[in-house]
Amino acid sequence: MTDTRFPNPFDVPTPEGCEGWEDLYPYYYLFSEERRELEESKFWFFDGMHHPEVLYPFDTITSESWWVALGEMNSRVYIVPPALGIDHRVLNGRLYISANAITDEAVVGARVAHFMERAGYYYEHWDELYAKWQDKARETIEELKAVEIKPLPEMEDIEVVHSGRGLTSAYDLLVAYNRVVENMHKIWHLHFEFLNLGYAAYLTYFGFCKQLFPDIPDQVVAQMVAGIDVLLFRPDAELKKLAKKAVELGVGDAIRDEPDPDAVISVLEQSDAGQRWIAELEKAKDPWFYFSTGSGFYHHHKTWINDQTFPFSGIADYIRKIEAGESIERPLDDVIAERDRLSTEYASLLDGDDLKNFNEQLGLARTVFPFIEDHNFYVEHWHHAVFWNKMREFGQIFVDAGFFEEVDDMFYLHRFEVEAALYDLIASWGVGTAARGPGYWPKEVARRKVLFAKLAEWQPLPALGEPPEVVTEPFTIMLWGITTDSIQNWLGIDAAEGADYDLSGFAGSPGTVEGVARVILNADELSDVQEGEILVCPITNPSWGPVFSKIAAAVTDIGGMMSHASIVCREYGVPAVVGTGFATQRIKTGQRLLVNGAEGTVKILE
Amino acid sequence: MTADSRFILKFEDCHDDCVALVGGKSTGLGSMIRAGVPVPPGFSVTTHAYRAMLGDGGLEREIAEILEGADSDDVDGLDAISEKIGSRIIDRPMPPEVETAIRAGYKDLVSLCSGRHESGTGDYDLPVAVRSSATAEDLPNASFAGQQDTFLWVVGIEDVLTHVKRCWASLYTARAIAYRMERGYAHEKVYMSVCIQKMVNARSAGVMFTLNPINGDRSKVAIDASWGLGESVASGEVTPDNYLVDKIAMKIARKTVSSKAIEYRAIPSERRVALIEITDERREAPCLSDDEILVLSRLARNVEAHHQRPQDLEWAIDADLEPPNNVLLLQSRPETVWSDQDRTQVSEASNSTMDYIVANLLTGVRLRPGDPESAERGGVR
Repeated sequence: MTDTRFPNPFDVPTPEGCEGWEDLYPYYYLFSEERRELEESKFWFFDGMHHPEVLYPFDTITSESWWVALGEMNSRVYIVPPALGIDHRVLNGRLYISANAITDEAVVGARVAHFMERAGYYYEHWDELYAKWQDKARETIEELKAVEIKPLPEMEDIEVVHSGRGLTSAYDLLVAYNRVVENMHKIWHLHFEFLNLGYAAYLTYFGFCKQLFPDIPDQVVAQMVAGIDVLLFRPDAELKKLAKKAVELGVGDAIRDEPDPDAVISVLEQSDAGQRWIAELEKAKDPWFYFSTGSGFYHHHKTWINDQTFPFSGIADYIRKIEAGESIERPLDDVIAERDRLSTEYASLLDGDDLKNFNEQLGLARTVFPFIEDHNFYVEHWHHAVFWNKMREFGQIFVDAGFFEEVDDMFYLHRFEVEAALYDLIASWGVGTAARGPGYWPKEVARRKVLFAKLAEWQPLPALGEPPEVVTEPFTIMLWGITTDSIQNWLGIDAAEGADYDLSGFAGSPGTVEGVARVILNADELSDVQEGEILVCPITNPSWGPVFSKIAAAVTDIGGMMSHASIVCREYGVPAVVGTGFATQRIKTGQRLLVNGAEGTVKILE
Repeated sequence: MTADSRFILKFEDCHDDCVALVGGKSTGLGSMIRAGVPVPPGFSVTTHAYRAMLGDGGLEREIAEILEGADSDDVDGLDAISEKIGSRIIDRPMPPEVETAIRAGYKDLVSLCSGRHESGTGDYDLPVAVRSSATAEDLPNASFAGQQDTFLWVVGIEDVLTHVKRCWASLYTARAIAYRMERGYAHEKVYMSVCIQKMVNARSAGVMFTLNPINGDRSKVAIDASWGLGESVASGEVTPDNYLVDKIAMKIARKTVSSKAIEYRAIPSERRVALIEITDERREAPCLSDDEILVLSRLARNVEAHHQRPQDLEWAIDADLEPPNNVLLLQSRPETVWSDQDRTQVSEASNSTMDYIVANLLTGVRLRPGDPESAERGGVR
């Protein structure tokens, strides 16, 4: 065994050429002398699951949103007895997070009654509250869509005078910016209204299954609650529907043979059948194309609504499959039948209180699961697709005012800097003198881009500081899969000598497959994936739907058994090994792999 | 009815109504095969064959003459009678159609076994066990317990033919004659069938329970397995590999591969089992493939369902047979330790789901690497 602790965050050197990276982020994100004692005492791990890339200064808004929302729901709303929130820090541009446990037993004990009352209320009224939640989420997205971001006019409209408004476009712009920022925080509050509780219920059921049936495979426990037709699969289902419709209308060829969506549309517009298909497409788009090909956490993750290349190539693949006589349906009925067979047969081995508790806990897990599976579509996909586009409208206004060369340059500023720039802009508009921005920001953005590229070369350490003895924060366990094994793995303690595999991770989805690796580091490379290849990536995303019907298996660096990759692969019946730590570093495209999704192992054959 | 099927019947064709023809052992094997339980293959030489032998050339009458005046209390007299009848049977050639049928049966059995080749003499080196099984036409329930002969390591057709005759002759051991006389069974109404079964040439073998014997968890199959014949596992001479399978999900839950220093192997040329030290890479290697583990587990589940209670099973993977027919069940008996007691409840009677959720949050996960008390939960494998 090597060392049992990770480097001290204060000892991690700044990579060459990255000096001054700290200026890119708000001050509270940084490891600092003022909080050194606290920060050195904690265990930090790299959140490669949600923020695998260098954090764009503006995109810290997603990290900030869940930093607050996750924490407060644990600490202030439901009073989770032993857990506060998850703290965030940025080091060399990467996000490190750390769970805050309460170790004082008296304090923990005093929180129990509150938690029982508060969480108990939510579990008891889950279906009703979740129905309400869906309305709130839709309303929040509608509010966001309704925010108007208008350029500053040369002269205010006469209506401002006639209505006696007394307010101007500058004021509106400032308000609009704050509305959009607030809206982001709002949706993340909603995100965590249910998620912690959902995970806690699921984990309890999981632990009880392990007690009743020691050594029951993790994925079997998950299989007993999964299989509900989840929203995350709807976008892909819409592509299948569109593919079928295209074949039915006889316009399949036009879509199948032309990779450029605009070209396809202009051809289809020429015929009645084509126009009918376009009408179907338009119907499907809202909301199902508000879907990110990444996690949605970064502004540059492509969405179907902005770039239809991805959904169109998915439709084209499905058309080819239909033409080849293959089934494109997900084996959903099989998943449900197997889920019911498993739960019935396990229950048949129990009696008395065990049977009662198993049924109750399974019932609760099934109640909370739709939220666990569906919230992601509302928040990270639908909402964020709208959010980033709204922010780009501000970017355009800045470009027009000469602050930036390109719209997306704005994302090299953090949100307070954008607000400052906005103030610079409206002040100059009001006063009628030049803003400092056009002289200041283009140079600064250029400098930041260089710095950013350098930061991207840094290989993030998997963790910092000393691993704690106990982790009680449900997310850390369930989503990131922080375990004895993964920590040992990170510490560089290799798999047992003579072991018959090169990488080990979580058994995400069962099945054993041999095939050729395709390493994909970001969503833009997805079109390189060939039929039957094994996808190797830092993390998968549910919106990669069509890819899952193409690949033979998936291997990820990051993720636990409830991570998106695991859920999607189980649904698609594709073997998966997740949370291997190093797959994208160790495996090269073209190598032959043996993936054992039941054991959670990957062997590099050549 | 062809000559073959009159004189021999493969086990799978030995139906329950064939008891008088092939005896209880073969119909038992037949019903196991039809229930999906794989047993070592073989065939039965029917009582028709025995009767053809006796009817041929007046052997039956000769035996009746020799038996006249036998006295069940005269041990020496019975021994002499037995010897006389035995040599008449052994010395007389088999009716040609019976011999042809048995030759064909043995050849068919050999052809199932890919590893067995014709020897230089046109014979085959497949070892079989030859067992006698007496049946009484009018007394289907008569017990001839303790009177069955078993000959192991019968190798080659000539040897098989000789041992079939020895089985027939064993109907006239002194003890068997006395037994019938004491119970008033007519000698000529009792016939002999012979069961010929491939001897297991185990590549790997062991025992398995249809529950986890450590904690009584009935969702599992626990397999102990080692190289060679199962004796090494049963006697405790090796630490076997241990495989734990979730039999509801049919997934391997845990594999513990041990260092296996010795094995018992069949040496057909020497007609014996030898204890051999394992010196090659097999010592540290798993003695079952994942597929074999799952085939065994499905077998365990079927046998348990068939008997409707947990079972303790002996099994072997036969090196001579092709998958999937190489997985053989050798013995099945009811499990008695856990089956006879009530399940121990995991739950505390009064606990609600909320109590569980709180308890679960409070326990958390122990994380210190290498901590022997690491309780793994949650997303932990």
